[in-house]
Amino acid sequence: MNIRHHLDDATLMAYAAGTLVPGMALLVACHLESCADCRDRLAQAEAVGGALLEELPPVALDSDNALASVLGLLDSEPPAAAAPAPLSGARAGGPAMPKVLAQHLDGRDFDALEWRSLAPGVKQIDLHPGGAGATRLLRFAPGVSVPHHSHRGNELTLVLRGSYNDEVGRFCAGDVADLDDQVAHQPLNDANEDCICLIATDAPLRFSGLMGRLVQPFIGM
Amino acid sequence: MREEWTACLARMAETRDRALFARLFEHFAPRVKAYLIRLGMAPAQADELAQEAMLSVWRKAHLFNPGKANASTWIFTLARNLCIDRLRREKMPCYELDADMPDGDDRDAGEGAVISDRLAACIRRLPEAQAQVLYMSYYDGRSHSEIAEVLGIPLGSVKSRLRLAFDKLKAMWGESS
Repeated sequence: MNIRHHLDDATLMAYAAGTLVPGMALLVACHLESCADCRDRLAQAEAVGGALLEELPPVALDSDNALASVLGLLDSEPPAAAAPAPLSGARAGGPAMPKVLAQHLDGRDFDALEWRSLAPGVKQIDLHPGGAGATRLLRFAPGVSVPHHSHRGNELTLVLRGSYNDEVGRFCAGDVADLDDQVAHQPLNDANEDCICLIATDAPLRFSGLMGRLVQPFIGM
Repeated sequence: MREEWTACLARMAETRDRALFARLFEHFAPRVKAYLIRLGMAPAQADELAQEAMLSVWRKAHLFNPGKANASTWIFTLARNLCIDRLRREKMPCYELDADMPDGDDRDAGEGAVISDRLAACIRRLPEAQAQVLYMSYYDGRSHSEIAEVLGIPLGSVKSRLRLAFDKLKAMWGESS
């Protein structure tokens, strides 16, 4: 996969620090699966966490026996973790589906999902991973554009299938648009197949223009 | 020396030696507890979770790759994930690579440890404004929007301060290779 648009360093630091809302963390994990460049920078951001862990003045454990009691547990079996459902097929969810997203969707392919129609040529699925903001899959047909909008907080968009063009550039499968409240954009699907994106925000979007304000209540983002 | 802990963890993963685990526990459990308290966790819960984190150090040691991270970084990520799982009652989404997919350049463990020592020194030298946002993010667990609100500065300024800090810290990797 030839990735040209990457995660911002600040976003990778937030993922490393564990402070992203769940939907944005999910999207970051999806991009990391296919992007060695961002994995390298994440390793550096996590090393910052490791260095900071060493800098903290240690706080003694409450019990002098803490070590003994943990040593006593070393042979015990880990509690039966909610094992992720074994995903069948060569690549659960299809080749365009990151594994961590396939887990979230119980291994269903994009075409097997229940898309909700928003406007002609635009469909979406709300993923509800919890936390502030919204996380959804958006699917828009060739020649269709998403209403012009800006953001109050951050918006991450990961292209899963197809491509789009906007004020920022051209985004293909694997590319991520990492935008903050300074950018307004209007993605247009200029290819001849549906474009499917995973989009995660940490605050509601601001739509501009009458069309945008009309659809906002329906999109609910 | 941090290098020593990385070698210790790698050796424990190989030999399953409990004496090595005990050494790692004595060093890291109080630091993980301190980190969890800084994140806002009640001391009793932090105590319990620090023990749980050390238990997962033992159980997941086979996943530790000294070419990717040093001991403190790896243990930091385990503690962070446990904390998220506990606070949000959901899993920290982590990426999974295909077994046959190469994952960047492996460094040798010694090199990673040198980087870590330099990294700590470099963090101490950051300008106040950059160190502040770094600490608020990693230690206080605040999102960038929350930091912007607390400091009364635009979100973009929080992110650019973090980027500036990260650029300085990233230079450590360049220097050592």
